[in-house]
Amino acid sequence: MGGTVVIGIGQERRGDDAIGLLVARRLAALPPANCRVLEHDGDGMDLLLAWEGADQAILVDALLSGGQAGELRVIDATEASLSAALFSSTSSHALGLAEAIELGRALGRLPDRVLIYGIEGADFATGSSPSPAVLGALDQVVALIREEIDDA
Amino acid sequence: MSEAREIKVDYLARVEGEGGMTVKVRDGKVEDVQVRIYEPPRFFEAFLRGRKYIEASDITARICGICPVAYQMSAVHAMEQAFGVTVGGQLRELRRLLYCGEWIESHVLHVYMLHAPDFLGYQDAISLARDHRAVVEQGLRLKKIGNEIVTTLAGREIHPINVRVGGFYRVPLREDFAKLRKELDWALDAAVKTVDFVAGLPFPDFEPQHEYVALLHPEEYPFNEGDIASTAGLRIKKDDFLEHFEELHVRHSNALHGRIKARGPYFVGPQARYNLNRDRLSPIAREAADRAGLGARCDNPFKSIVVRAVETVEACAEAIRILDAYERPDRPFVDYEIKAGVGHGCTEAPRGILYHRYEVDEKGDIVSARIIPPTAQNLPAIEADLRHFVTEHIDLDQENLTWKCEQAIRNYDPCISCATHFLKLEIDGD
Repeated sequence: MGGTVVIGIGQERRGDDAIGLLVARRLAALPPANCRVLEHDGDGMDLLLAWEGADQAILVDALLSGGQAGELRVIDATEASLSAALFSSTSSHALGLAEAIELGRALGRLPDRVLIYGIEGADFATGSSPSPAVLGALDQVVALIREEIDDA
Repeated sequence: MSEAREIKVDYLARVEGEGGMTVKVRDGKVEDVQVRIYEPPRFFEAFLRGRKYIEASDITARICGICPVAYQMSAVHAMEQAFGVTVGGQLRELRRLLYCGEWIESHVLHVYMLHAPDFLGYQDAISLARDHRAVVEQGLRLKKIGNEIVTTLAGREIHPINVRVGGFYRVPLREDFAKLRKELDWALDAAVKTVDFVAGLPFPDFEPQHEYVALLHPEEYPFNEGDIASTAGLRIKKDDFLEHFEELHVRHSNALHGRIKARGPYFVGPQARYNLNRDRLSPIAREAADRAGLGARCDNPFKSIVVRAVETVEACAEAIRILDAYERPDRPFVDYEIKAGVGHGCTEAPRGILYHRYEVDEKGDIVSARIIPPTAQNLPAIEADLRHFVTEHIDLDQENLTWKCEQAIRNYDPCISCATHFLKLEIDGD
């Protein structure tokens, strides 16, 4: 299979948490060559299956790190271990994203390259829509991911 | 001078969603137990009002990423009852098959990734995977087969979109299932091995007495249909659920707490299903349960991991039975007439009975919606277990007791609907 898989992670109707899904939808409308685009809100165990066979995984998720809403942070998880202290997942899923990556590493089930595109969120209230600051980052994030895939 | 002790966990690991617990002990006695569930308020019930009847299954499927099929099933059964239509034959079988997929997905996740590490003394599935790679790989492959059942039948594995009132939007050809059918032979064997593996885990002696509540069907291990029955002799139609069960608001949780009006707390989920329906298991699942020593009734909630494994065998065996007899129905759904009415749906989500009630007007618009998820029903039983368990194990050191209390909660595989899952990153010297 090879190629890149982009996985947009999020929950609809939980404010900025939906940003990963929105990025995936935008990319899927005009998918880059040799690239699968998935929306995801299952558990971390499914992430392990979702990136199976891909050379590169780009995971897009909302982030809460004390930064400004809409700020993008790209984390290369290929080599560095995501220590629990640094990277705590408040996942509703039984295994979070960071745990899925570490489980993949332990099982030898990680793609050759794993990048996390984290977009800083501010509002995660039930029933709310993504905030303007986060939506404002959408075009830029989609463009950067396209560049990343073209360069790969 | 009195001696006070507090066992507190602010964030419960390996619980679907966000929750915490506090157990207060004074002079060697448990004074207070609180399991805090940060379930969003009843947003979805309000959101459903004014929407079309046909949207209820897809909207409620969004409540949980782990058990969307259960939400769809309870919703469509409720609407079908309101319109006076029954879905039978192969369409009914396909619904059971879809439920098999969801049980496999959910149970395998819990057994392998969440519960097994507890008993084997690992902090999480990652450290378990380092030492027991083959075990975790087996779990992954089983999970994948559950996903494939759901994907083949429901369009996609999360938030399935193919279920509708009356049946499905489209139904698969027999050959669409060919690859899956082959994989299921492996899955059945792996599921039986899983039962044998988890039966050998060390379990604490703990047998609280609960009233178990599950669906009861004359012939089948229950998924979609049946009366609501309990081990204390309750036997009612799903229509009468709200006459016998209620939900109370408690101050420490924004999830409601379920109780049987006449008696109090009750217990739903795999153990409840097993205790009421053991005789309806397929022979291979029953044999596995016997080998595991489950007996006629399982009262130890720590052994729910064994029951989940037995139900995974049941789901694999049932999926094989359905696929071997499958003939594609001529039409993907049965016709019905939209009319004003009230309908009730009660089906067996992986975590226990999930009740829906809808009132629709003559145009099919939803006038009111009520959703009672299994975890809310189990909360009082979870708190009762904690009280009982801490009382019996008061001599354990703080760290060990805290961990055991977390396990006692995980026994119920609690699910806090519709939670967020953004990443929380603590930046140090960045």
